[in-house]
Amino acid sequence: MRPALSVIFFTVSSGAGLGLLIWLVLGVATGEVPPAVVLPMLALGMALTTAGLISSTLHLANPKNAWRAFSQFRTSWLSREGVLAVALYPVAALYALLLSAKASATLTTVVGLALGLLALGVLFSTGMIYACLKTIPRWHSRLVPASYVLLGLYSGALVALAVIACTGGDSARLIVWALVILLAALILKAIYYLRFRVPQTHFTINDALPLGKKTIRLLDVGHTHGTFLTDEFYFKLARGHALLLRVIAVLAGFVLPLVLLLMGATSGLALSIAAMACLLGLLAERWLFFAEAEHVVRLYHGAARV
Amino acid sequence: MRLGLTIDLDTCVGCHACAVACKEWNGESLMAGPLPDYDAYSKEVSGVWLNRIRNYEHGTYPDTKTVNVPMSCLHCQEAACVTVCPTGASYKRPDGIVLVDPDKCMGCNYCAWACPYGARELDQNAGVMKKCTLCVDRIYDEKLLPEDRQPACVLACPTSARLFGDFDDPQSAVSRASATRGMAPMLGDLGYKPVNQYLAPREAPKIAVNADLSQKKSLAQLLRDWTGLGAKAD
Repeated sequence: MRPALSVIFFTVSSGAGLGLLIWLVLGVATGEVPPAVVLPMLALGMALTTAGLISSTLHLANPKNAWRAFSQFRTSWLSREGVLAVALYPVAALYALLLSAKASATLTTVVGLALGLLALGVLFSTGMIYACLKTIPRWHSRLVPASYVLLGLYSGALVALAVIACTGGDSARLIVWALVILLAALILKAIYYLRFRVPQTHFTINDALPLGKKTIRLLDVGHTHGTFLTDEFYFKLARGHALLLRVIAVLAGFVLPLVLLLMGATSGLALSIAAMACLLGLLAERWLFFAEAEHVVRLYHGAARV
Repeated sequence: MRLGLTIDLDTCVGCHACAVACKEWNGESLMAGPLPDYDAYSKEVSGVWLNRIRNYEHGTYPDTKTVNVPMSCLHCQEAACVTVCPTGASYKRPDGIVLVDPDKCMGCNYCAWACPYGARELDQNAGVMKKCTLCVDRIYDEKLLPEDRQPACVLACPTSARLFGDFDDPQSAVSRASATRGMAPMLGDLGYKPVNQYLAPREAPKIAVNADLSQKKSLAQLLRDWTGLGAKAD
């Protein structure tokens, strides 16, 4: 699949923003987040989410109809994601109001949990947008929504730690949780990479063209230059690039933050570096997620298997 | 109703007449058109086509057959392109035709991702998805002669490899053709239940090679055969 930068930025930025919101509401409910940081964190979470959502509209060929995307939530995960993402705004505004008005703790917690659940719902929906496509076997997996949720929580936790540390606070419990989520996300991503390290055979050219058991070979594709299909589904990933990006994804995305957290880094600078490294690694991870996915329409263009 | 096509892979000669007729009709039609071309006079010519023909070799040399496979929207019964569409622009009509409403489409490409057959192509000029309409603006047009109320590709096919009709009517030409020679659905495991049916290429009859022809004769023998001289008397 063609890795569209707007969508890559969207999933990474919104993922971190939504994860940050979830940790924020949990932190507020347990008293873990210093009160002075609560509203700035809420604003940052919504800003990251909003930046991602705006970026996601850049890949639309006809954005003037984007408002219609809220209509098909009964069948379309893309629509569900849109509906849940827009629902975040009034709930976040109410939450901010309750926090600044120092309203009753119960009410604040209930609204906070609603905000957290909505954020979780958006993360899950983003994963399901890809996982529900049977035409892209690598994405049609439970690993995909699980990794979108976990990577969102992971990057959100690192951003939350950085924000808290930069404002002079500290949160020992959040560091422990960040480590747990980091390891879980790393294991999940490792399973994904190990599972797909060898060429896959979900469908063969003989499934695409059920003419019989004899070998089928493409003679001519019928066009001299590229088409919409070759642009969209034929991203050619150089093996060297894939390896380099995977190394960046693992080292920057997971290993560097892990080392910093294990070394007991509590300074704002160190935790900011960890968060930035994580986001950079996730950009590489997301780029590979698209670039390495193979669509079954490749079979009709001569691929022996997908 | 389940309107659709049968496409006979035995008689299709891969001439692209169906694709050109489609491009021509839909270039003018209000339903899908115009279908743009990009850099039409350059080396990097590209454009939107609702029907593409690819050529394959089936078998191993010397036992091979060239199979030409025209592919357009198969108007699936379980059309994932419709269910994934966030705007409701993609829809399936009661007669089975899958269409895109260009006034609702936001050009997100998600339906094209859901389609296993590469049947949808984005019109970069209009910013909306384009696909085969089964010439919905021909087949119901009562101003046309009844025999002309068929998709442009079907009318253009010089070998009559394409038939149009209702698969729910067991007496229709498409039902009868697919009942005898229908192929298993392409990528049937996806469960999309495509309506269009492909008719499988038949095995070419094996013609025995004349043993005499395969043997080289000496020049002297050829002369003897031609003149009739020196032939053995039977």
